[in-house]
Amino acid sequence: MTALLAYTVFGLVTGGAYAVVAGGLVLTYSTSKVFNVGHGAIGMVMAFLYWELAENRGLPQWLALLLVVGVCAPLFGLVVERFIMRRLAGAPVGITLVAGVGVLVGLIGVAQVIWPPMARPVRPFLDQLGIHIGQSFVSGHDLVTLVCAVLVAGGLYVLLNRTRTGLAMRACVDAPELASLYGTRPTRLSALSWAIGSALAALGGILLTPVVQLDYVTMTLLVITAYTAALVGRLRSLPWTFAGALGLGLVQSYAVAYLPSSPFWISFRAAIPALSLFIVLLVMPQSPLRIGGVRGTRGVATPSAATTWVAAGLFGATAVVLALLVDPVVAGQLALALVFGIVLLSMVLLTGYGGVVSLGQFTFVGVGAVTVARLGSASPVALLIGAGVAAAVGALIALTALRVSGLYLALATLGFAQLMDKLVLQSPIAFGVRGSLQVPKLIESASGQLLLAAGVFVLVGAGVLAIRRGRLGRRMIAVKDSSAACATLGLNVRWIRVWVFSLSAAIAGLAGGLFAQLRETVAASDFQLFNNLPLLLFAVIAGVTSVSGALLGGVLLMLLPVLQSGFPAFAGVAVVLLGVAAAGLARDPNGLVSWGFRAWSWRRA
Amino acid sequence: MSTLRVEGVTVRFGEVTAVNDVTLTVKPGVTGLIGPNGAGKTTLFDVISGLRRPSAGQVLLDEEDITSKGPHQRSRMGVARTFQRLEVFGSLTVWENVVVALESRRRPAKLARELLDRVGIAEFADNQADTVPTGAARLLELARALATDPVVLLLDEPSSGLDRAETDAFGELLRQLSAEGRSVVLVEHDMDLVMGYCDQVHVLNLGRLLVSGTPDVVRADEGVREAYLG
Repeated sequence: MTALLAYTVFGLVTGGAYAVVAGGLVLTYSTSKVFNVGHGAIGMVMAFLYWELAENRGLPQWLALLLVVGVCAPLFGLVVERFIMRRLAGAPVGITLVAGVGVLVGLIGVAQVIWPPMARPVRPFLDQLGIHIGQSFVSGHDLVTLVCAVLVAGGLYVLLNRTRTGLAMRACVDAPELASLYGTRPTRLSALSWAIGSALAALGGILLTPVVQLDYVTMTLLVITAYTAALVGRLRSLPWTFAGALGLGLVQSYAVAYLPSSPFWISFRAAIPALSLFIVLLVMPQSPLRIGGVRGTRGVATPSAATTWVAAGLFGATAVVLALLVDPVVAGQLALALVFGIVLLSMVLLTGYGGVVSLGQFTFVGVGAVTVARLGSASPVALLIGAGVAAAVGALIALTALRVSGLYLALATLGFAQLMDKLVLQSPIAFGVRGSLQVPKLIESASGQLLLAAGVFVLVGAGVLAIRRGRLGRRMIAVKDSSAACATLGLNVRWIRVWVFSLSAAIAGLAGGLFAQLRETVAASDFQLFNNLPLLLFAVIAGVTSVSGALLGGVLLMLLPVLQSGFPAFAGVAVVLLGVAAAGLARDPNGLVSWGFRAWSWRRA
Repeated sequence: MSTLRVEGVTVRFGEVTAVNDVTLTVKPGVTGLIGPNGAGKTTLFDVISGLRRPSAGQVLLDEEDITSKGPHQRSRMGVARTFQRLEVFGSLTVWENVVVALESRRRPAKLARELLDRVGIAEFADNQADTVPTGAARLLELARALATDPVVLLLDEPSSGLDRAETDAFGELLRQLSAEGRSVVLVEHDMDLVMGYCDQVHVLNLGRLLVSGTPDVVRADEGVREAYLG
């Protein structure tokens, strides 16, 4: 009984911290309609900043807290709003998501540059205080967390329901033009909400630090729990969001207390946030198909079949020449670039044509790699089986997420990726107890590997273009532009999505198999959840609507670690640049290669 | 030859009742559905085409209850529509827009040119659909709907954006469609078009059915005048 009480208190404390973070998320979303994927990263950076002030510089805790939560975080929120998010007002979900991921990845880079990895203990608040309830002990820090949660809940309620500013904030979501007629300035309100939102992210991050330790990625992804809580409130209702957060805190706490401690259940516990995100998304009331207004995107021109074959021929010839000329190390790197290029081709299909932002595409690469590794052979048949298994997993996620679309679908892919990460890829099921597997090579020589990757890239690239020119391609784009019109023309919108997801997953899985046999050793660490995010950014920066974009993106993805190991000082900076570039380029998914196309057509004109 | 029946359909959005217990029958020919803004015309179209579930009531096609069927199933049974706020596939060309519809019905893609010719926008065939003028985009939606070879065709303000000559050509097209045995339902603000080409007119006001009858009956009705002028 006392144990139950202790775990309940612990759950409420964790839930309270989640609630603070989630409250900020809902506030920014409901006033700016931008779902800030980078919310957790803001909390992470601010927690590091707090460590810097309170532990490293020796400021009093209260002063450091005040400076971070009251000054730095709001200022940072203002900057993000002014220079990134304001330009994205009214933009499609895909674009705001990419910008958010850009902020997230960029902030991780910033943190790595300023605070290189080392242990950074943070003293809890009021650690000499604490009260006993029965036999369980509630620490001073726990009390502070609970008090903060209550204050934030009350403060947000009063702000939104009892003040003119709050009323204007709520009005501004639905009709910014209208709100400005009544004398409120929507940009100012949006800025205010980002300032408060960032402050709450910071507060939540700092409160959680003694529980989770200061770590770039862990703290950033902790926000997935806050996403779930915010979704319980349907991104609007603060009371439901707080209830959701407390519920999640309790579930996690009870899971620690009462689930068996076998390896499976330990990884299951870690998967609870993802599982809840997935469940919440699936049981949420379905929104009707959106109607109203022409939507179109200007993609790059699709080459004809003839052009495709000419380009494929040129590409093949270049690959042969390179295979003959370059030394084995470079050939291996080029082969890797092409394998990454194939992964990005899977995103051209799904994101570029289909308009679905996937935050879990790298998971399918992992599935393909594990399958091939477990088969113990990299024969063409094994590679195809890897693609098939990935396709089945892709179909599974599409089927379970049939009812959701847009932002919710993107979050579902993230939830799914985390689920796969915790339950499969990072557990002994996938890579065994040692966490790595050996894979025999299909071709021994590096130049042979280069030719193999080039051949598959050409085939898949030509296939993707053929799909674009054909029936499925037209349908995918039609669904992206108007699912309502598609439905009234007799197309089963959901089945089309299942097709696209499995096809795209199959391509990623094929790339995974190639990756595994190229590397010879694949490990759980190659397929961490976080890898999904830079992948998306590279796809968008290079150009997610064209095969050439996929090629460029593959080369960039290959170069990143090479540059980072060559110039260690550059490692974090590169990540910052990546985030900044993505946040800046998010508006144009045709990416860098489209500039090349434009220059070319201008020259010919 | 198909008959569409709407029975006791009610749609509520929270406190607001957009469509209130409407019962009407649509027979082959051209049927007008008119009423002031906010009368519930487009909402009724959404219910008939399956994009919105009614709070109460039924939709029947040839006496078969289709209320629980999804939009794509209804389309396959012969219900097609256009949208008041355009829903063309902006990233595709005009020709591709029609081809998508043809392919969804396993009809040959070569019919696309004929359909574009028929509605009179063949000149835009290779333009990206979000670049064509509004009038042409409306006609594109019509061509796309016709590509599914519908028995019931719901047109939501098809003539806005058309000039006089184009509107007359459109009226002729309505006559042909009706002669082919299709049931065309027209939501329209152009009264000359409605009175000139409709066999039957239903008037909605504030979600309720006000009058049903021939254009002459509707024109003479006191309640209709009040709804429009009062």
